[in-house]
Amino acid sequence: MDMTPFVISFKLAGITTIILFIIALPFSWWLSQTNSKSKPFLEAMTALPIVLPPSVLGFYILMILSPNSFFGNFLQEHFGVELLFSFTGLVVASSFYSLPFMVQPLQNGFESLNRHMLEASYLSGKSKLQTIWYVALPNMKPALSTALIITFAHTVGEFGVVLMVGGSIPNETKVASVAIYDMVEVMDYTKAYIYSGIMVGMSFFVLLLVYIFNHSQKKVGIL
Amino acid sequence: MVEIAIKKRLQGTKGDMILDVDLQIKQGSFVSIMGESGSGKTTLLRVLAGLEKAKSKIVVDGNSWDNLLPQKREIGFVFQDYALFENMTVEQNLLFVRDDKNLSKKLLELTELTALATRNVKTLSGGQKQRVSLCRAMMNRPKILLMDEPLSALDEKMRNKLQEEISKLHRDFKTTTLMISHDAKSSYLLSDRILVLDQGKIIKDGSKDEVLKKEQKILYSL
Repeated sequence: MDMTPFVISFKLAGITTIILFIIALPFSWWLSQTNSKSKPFLEAMTALPIVLPPSVLGFYILMILSPNSFFGNFLQEHFGVELLFSFTGLVVASSFYSLPFMVQPLQNGFESLNRHMLEASYLSGKSKLQTIWYVALPNMKPALSTALIITFAHTVGEFGVVLMVGGSIPNETKVASVAIYDMVEVMDYTKAYIYSGIMVGMSFFVLLLVYIFNHSQKKVGIL
Repeated sequence: MVEIAIKKRLQGTKGDMILDVDLQIKQGSFVSIMGESGSGKTTLLRVLAGLEKAKSKIVVDGNSWDNLLPQKREIGFVFQDYALFENMTVEQNLLFVRDDKNLSKKLLELTELTALATRNVKTLSGGQKQRVSLCRAMMNRPKILLMDEPLSALDEKMRNKLQEEISKLHRDFKTTTLMISHDAKSSYLLSDRILVLDQGKIIKDGSKDEVLKKEQKILYSL
């Protein structure tokens, strides 16, 4: 059985999770600390991918990355990069699509921290970055694990945006969810059952890990 | 010498008020700040620590702190809710401030916490947590120690114990200390000067005998 679609799915999810963690960490920290009037606007923008149909998001990303657009044309002319129907394009699209799944748990985690604990760190001479790394993140492990694992799992399960931006190019953009769609189209139900079964099993396993971890953290908190 | 002049608009319990404080504190003295809830006591400490902005002029040993970040102020702060780093042990909480094992050992010995050094702070009682918080505040050998009602959440036995330890540390380190307290007895035993704040203004300022013994009304109302 060809496992390449799963490998592509996991590679895409891994890279997207790392990129989003780096982007979302300062952004969600800022959201958690600010009283800026722009906060509700930015929060609504971040949450958009949750409510928008993937086809709408996919359509806009398709238009923006297209060589006919200003941005797509700029990338192609100056860097020789064509993002549509490429793995890199999938990473860009997934980063938009999965952004709220990283930002929201991290923001909630930061907001749940005792403000005095963070201030105690500043008064100990520590910078904001040191405070985030050594005090904030270790004290919000459930939120951190939820952000990382749900972003990863959500990217693995992505379909609509991936299909629109990446198509179904074998060994390049054909992820597991798209492969299952292709199998159903050609009525290869046996393979579709196996692929779907693997997806269900893996997704359940990932979610189970999150819940077990979060439960164990709560127990530590009670002790 | 610490010179403090602070003006800040606040929302108090009786509506808007101006915190307007102008005072000098002698090096090494222990000052208690008393007054009703919402009179501006905590804000005064937070502005001193650089945690809140205000129109202020703060001069410590001839150096202006007005534009200094909290990180640079050499302040030790004991919060009412301890605010310990819960991912760390007792000793790690202290060493996080400054990697000085001799000092952390000395502080833990003074507060009788040596046996708990490797315990995670989450597992400690309220009194033990507040003692760790006090030790942590002393780790950077602060120029000013600020304490926001450190005794209020403790039962009487624990309060007496912590009171003794605060006194011991003050004798040892001679740190200029400002402590908010609702407890007249603790204030009397620990301080050499007492301020009473009302609606953002200092209404009493003097030695503990002047403020607490002669002003029986204030003593009983607190």
